[in-house]
Amino acid sequence: MTSGIKETRRDRIFLICNYVYVFLAFLIVFYPVAYIVSASISDPKTVASGEMWLWPKGITFDGYQRVFENANIWRGYGNTILYTLVGTVVNLLVTLPAAYALSRRDFVGRGFFTGMFMVTMFFGGGLVPTYLLVKGLGMVDTMWALIIPSAVSIWNIIVSRTFFQSSIPIELQEAAQIDGSTNMHLFVRIVLPLSMPIIAVMALFYGVGNWNSYFSALIYLNDSAKYPLQLILRQILVLQEMGAQGGGAIDASTAAAMNTKAEVAALVKYAVIIVATVPVILIYPFLQRYFVQGVMIGSVKG
Amino acid sequence: MRETNAGLSGGAATAHRHMGNRTLWKRIVRNWELYILIAPAFFYFLIFCYGPMYGIQIAFKNYIPTKGVMGSPWIGFDHFERFFHSYYFWDLIWNTLSISLYELAIGFPIPIILALAFNEVRQGFFKKMAQTVTYAPHFISVVVMAGMIITFLSPSTGMVVRLVEALGFDSPAFLTDPRWFKTMYVFSGVWQSAGWGTIIYLAALAGVDPSLHEAAVIDGASRFQRVRHINIPVLVPTMTILLILNMGSLFGVGFEKILLLQNPLNMEASDVISTFVYRSGLEDAQYSFSTAIGLFNSVVNAALLLLVNGIVRRTSENSLW
Repeated sequence: MTSGIKETRRDRIFLICNYVYVFLAFLIVFYPVAYIVSASISDPKTVASGEMWLWPKGITFDGYQRVFENANIWRGYGNTILYTLVGTVVNLLVTLPAAYALSRRDFVGRGFFTGMFMVTMFFGGGLVPTYLLVKGLGMVDTMWALIIPSAVSIWNIIVSRTFFQSSIPIELQEAAQIDGSTNMHLFVRIVLPLSMPIIAVMALFYGVGNWNSYFSALIYLNDSAKYPLQLILRQILVLQEMGAQGGGAIDASTAAAMNTKAEVAALVKYAVIIVATVPVILIYPFLQRYFVQGVMIGSVKG
Repeated sequence: MRETNAGLSGGAATAHRHMGNRTLWKRIVRNWELYILIAPAFFYFLIFCYGPMYGIQIAFKNYIPTKGVMGSPWIGFDHFERFFHSYYFWDLIWNTLSISLYELAIGFPIPIILALAFNEVRQGFFKKMAQTVTYAPHFISVVVMAGMIITFLSPSTGMVVRLVEALGFDSPAFLTDPRWFKTMYVFSGVWQSAGWGTIIYLAALAGVDPSLHEAAVIDGASRFQRVRHINIPVLVPTMTILLILNMGSLFGVGFEKILLLQNPLNMEASDVISTFVYRSGLEDAQYSFSTAIGLFNSVVNAALLLLVNGIVRRTSENSLW
């Protein structure tokens, strides 16, 4: 775009500063992640002393071994996979049909439904009334408490509606109707097969949300056998540390023993962070395009 | 057949409108399947969003579980009065607002600057890598994020603590010192979401007409001047919308993360309205009292949103509605 015109010195300085800035941003995000990966396979003593700062030192897989020996983590993993799969299917089954109906200009009541859904973006019943309702419906301590009360997000309905409106040619739908296709047939056989990008985006958004959520499990589940991974992680990563904060005057040998214990606990934490995040982080680079697309569709005002 | 055809594209449908209720009824019947498609979402919102709104009435009642929402006795504004006159009222308001504003002051401009910077980097491996890496933390769960913060700031083994010590300072007790709570909360949030936040601005920047830049170059504008006078104005509408939305949630700070980072020692800085609602409502089972505080919170939120949107609508054309 600027070819043919020589860059001035000021421009070059600006560009260099800019590259430095972007590189720093990259570094700030990258370093903690790299550190965790290295720390999870390093001798915990070298991590605690600060000797290990980038490359793994005194490689050990103790952390991972302890993580994999922990039955709670396995069960949590299984629960999370189940909740994520069932939850995401429910999310899609509610979101996509509603979004399609709202995308149709000839749908009488479109304004009413849109308005009714949008109000909930700005005003809600709050925590306690929602809790009492879910309890009243008998969903407490079942997996449905994690799935049904968050079955759909208005934001995702809007994004999908925008996609249907802008990407499925109206002529195609008209042609199908002239051929005698019913609305149901039109949606399932013609619109959905052309909507793979948005289905992928929605499945990813909902899927990651379901995988990462902990709060509804915290308030609705009492039976620890049903805990999803995130609640198990909360016990390992958050509650233990907070418990260890206390302590008063202790003699040297107890302190040393506690230090070793703290170091091993830290090793387990690094390993568990990796184990819990790997599925999401692994699929992410391949699907980044879709995620970004989702945000972009959403940003189109409509 | 022609009518179906016209109905879909919507144009002719409006022409039919004056023909009265019979046509309207026909249009409803013709698309009856669309009502089936929207039914699950309709019932979801009705039950799980409007249902709790109906339950809000317990804020004005003394809720007794055995009597239910309807049967519990009315007591008026008692719960609100108790809350407004409690010693923690101003602390909660202050913590909630100061965390939100702090977050806004730091977290709002950084994605904009980062997006402008990304935009000046040439397409290629470096740009792609920088974007992929800075977007990634968005997908880390709150629990893992809190775990990372706690692990890095742990006084005995934490990486940040070692780093601060290596630079020759005494490391503060980040996790337990109330003075550090807000900074810890805000900067970890920036780390996690600044990269992802650039996407929406980059989309706006991608829409800049290249001929504007060409003309500016011919007129002798430097790169910095072009960013200042072409790219930044392009972002203003997006910024305005996001700012309005942010103002609307000033009283609704990300309470899932706060709840995880809270401990008895930093409580004086970390207790916000929503965590208080959680504690009083679900841990102490003061259902009515907690609902009242929650209602106060959502009313203030909605009012702020309307107010800010109103102000913006008067001064520019970029309001939400």
